[in-house]
Amino acid sequence: MADTHAETVLFVRDTMLPQQEPPLSTVGPVGWARTNLFSGWLNTIITIVALLFVINLIAHLLPWFISGTWNATSLNDCREMMAAVGNEQGGACWGVIRERWPQLMFGFYPAELYWRPVLVLVLLFVALAPILFADRTPTRMLGFTAVFPFLGAWLLWGGTIWNPITALLGFVVGYVVFSLVSKVVNAGVSLFVAVVASVIWWTTLAGYVVLGLSAIAPLAIASVQSREFGGFLLSITIGVTAIMFSLPIGILLALGRRSHLPLVKALCVGFIEFIRGVPLITLLFVASTLLNIFLPPGTNFDIILRVMIMTTLFASAYMAEVVRGGLAALGKGQYEGADSLGLDYWQAQRLIIMPQALKISIPGIVSTFIGVFKDTTLVSIISMFDPLGLANAIRADASWNGIYWELFIFIGAIFFIFCFSMSRYSMYLERKLQTGHR
Amino acid sequence: MKKTVFLGALTVAGLAAGVAGAATLDDVKARGKLNCGVTTGLVGFAAPDANGEWTGFDVGVCRAVAAAVLGDPKAVEFVPTTGKTRFTALASGEVDLLARNTTWTFSRDVDLKFTFVGVNYYDGQGFMIPKALGVSSAKELDGATVCIQTGTTTELNLADYFRKNNMNYEPVPIETNAEAQQQFLAGACDVYTTDASGLAATRATFENPGDYVLLPEIISKEPLGPLVRHGDDEWADITMWTLNALISAEELGVTSANASDMGAEAGNNPEINRLLGTEGSLGAMFGLSDDWAKNAILAGGNYGELFEKNIGENTPIGLARGLNAQWTEGGLIYSPPFR
Repeated sequence: MADTHAETVLFVRDTMLPQQEPPLSTVGPVGWARTNLFSGWLNTIITIVALLFVINLIAHLLPWFISGTWNATSLNDCREMMAAVGNEQGGACWGVIRERWPQLMFGFYPAELYWRPVLVLVLLFVALAPILFADRTPTRMLGFTAVFPFLGAWLLWGGTIWNPITALLGFVVGYVVFSLVSKVVNAGVSLFVAVVASVIWWTTLAGYVVLGLSAIAPLAIASVQSREFGGFLLSITIGVTAIMFSLPIGILLALGRRSHLPLVKALCVGFIEFIRGVPLITLLFVASTLLNIFLPPGTNFDIILRVMIMTTLFASAYMAEVVRGGLAALGKGQYEGADSLGLDYWQAQRLIIMPQALKISIPGIVSTFIGVFKDTTLVSIISMFDPLGLANAIRADASWNGIYWELFIFIGAIFFIFCFSMSRYSMYLERKLQTGHR
Repeated sequence: MKKTVFLGALTVAGLAAGVAGAATLDDVKARGKLNCGVTTGLVGFAAPDANGEWTGFDVGVCRAVAAAVLGDPKAVEFVPTTGKTRFTALASGEVDLLARNTTWTFSRDVDLKFTFVGVNYYDGQGFMIPKALGVSSAKELDGATVCIQTGTTTELNLADYFRKNNMNYEPVPIETNAEAQQQFLAGACDVYTTDASGLAATRATFENPGDYVLLPEIISKEPLGPLVRHGDDEWADITMWTLNALISAEELGVTSANASDMGAEAGNNPEINRLLGTEGSLGAMFGLSDDWAKNAILAGGNYGELFEKNIGENTPIGLARGLNAQWTEGGLIYSPPFR
């Protein structure tokens, strides 16, 4: 057919034409706009109206943001500065952020010691690296991660170096007792004995050991009172502690809730339901006021420590339910598979169940983290100076009385940076752990 | 300052007796610092500055007591308290003295088991309106919308006042002073009512303070003063007479500028001599040094100086002395004699 046809036409192309660029109106920004924004008369109208609205909004907000009042020293100063440049409609008074920047960051922490919280923040990221990016960091760094809570607490609160060391020794004591006792009785009982031994060490013996060691080698740095903590230093300290400890405690609680041992199960269910049934603010009030009355007068039970414990317990209860959701999503076959391999309970959890359950729970876990971090602002109600509490204190200064939006926008922006980073990291982790099947 | 105190009342009642009775003076001396409860921030009364130093009218009382007891106005640990935590903080012994513009009421004194050691500011509930409203008396406010903080005694006072005068109003409930300021400026209410000192401080922050006026009526009594726990009369005496020393000093013309000179040797006014410890030994009677009052006055000045520096007419808050003038000038500020 082709041959006969060839004689009847004048020209037959025997090579393919080179591929053409698609028309400009269908690709690139123009094409994108045509398909998404102007694909019909209704969409076009909506686009134009929305665009006008956004432009109008920016035109009104931008002059407010860019008001050139960075150097003002009081609200009246701001107003004079704006009047001087003929700014009629008013603008933001950013001088308050400049003047109170150290206070918003560190609270009443002594200015000459600011390097300590900063160093702790840097070390925090170093300690987090082997956890967050396990595939790109050497495993040995996990050792530093384990020491970090003690090192960080020592740097923040100061005092003698023997405090964190003896606290750390408590774990060593527990481990030694465990390995000795477990030769005689079963693992559950020896774990219990080991915990009791550690607690005895922390509550009674450690105090004398610290005294003794400090007398021999007085290695100490200037100590800082809890009352001097404030601003984002306080928020981050409480938030990071709660986040750090709530995940392991939450996992244990979730496992306990699914346990077949009635006592363990009852304890875990009771704890989770009690904590979840009570608002965080109530727990904070208990920490700040009730404990004060029940503890003997003169007891120095640090207020930040009390708040940290309450926040951690609160977060753990929520975490337990998130992890339990992940456990429930696993098929029965996974458990049976683990059993058929001859793994014991903890091996099965560690090698088969938890990796899958935690992967499923990542969005929920990170949501809980973000929620806890934002909940730290509630401590302003029990008169601790978190950023929002400080905003109130700053307004109580005669030169800044009447300033609202600037402080709230600033604090909101910082919180947004933290929470958004956490959320992005969780998405990265989900993508990385994506195995194609659930 | 007048938030409902049910939480404090529940927890404090009955339990306070447990810690009371301890000798607070010995504790303070042993500690070397006075734990003083203040607000978390109230314009003119207590606020931390950019360096974290506390200043204000209530803070002045704390510093004066610290100077009287320990000889050093800086030997104060300021414990910020909210309306909800203040009474527990005092009852549990977390603070030795609460100087947190707290209204002296029967139930707080008797039921919560505290001792009010005096009044350092006579306040009362007032009204603020925009000048454009054209009202000159609270009696003309029939039918007005009123911004009112919920859960405070101001709310009850307002209801009482309008009922007594047979008027109606429409409440606009708000939670904090900051919110009230915004609502009032935005025109959500015709009237804003809270303590007169708070109104003056709020008005001072407005862009055009001249467009707003405070009405002359004061509809409640709010005597604000420092307080201590029941059961330690010696400590109550010390704080009470420190406050009285500041008041007497103003009456007698002793200021932070001349107290050192006047206290160096006995002058010809015996009361000043007794106050400053150059004659007799009043301080020893309650276990303090003879120059305790001089130290208290040097800490931040006498009552009048504290007032002028923190909330007086030359500050942005601009409160007139009014009821808080010395009794010799028609006010209520009056100290028993030093004898």
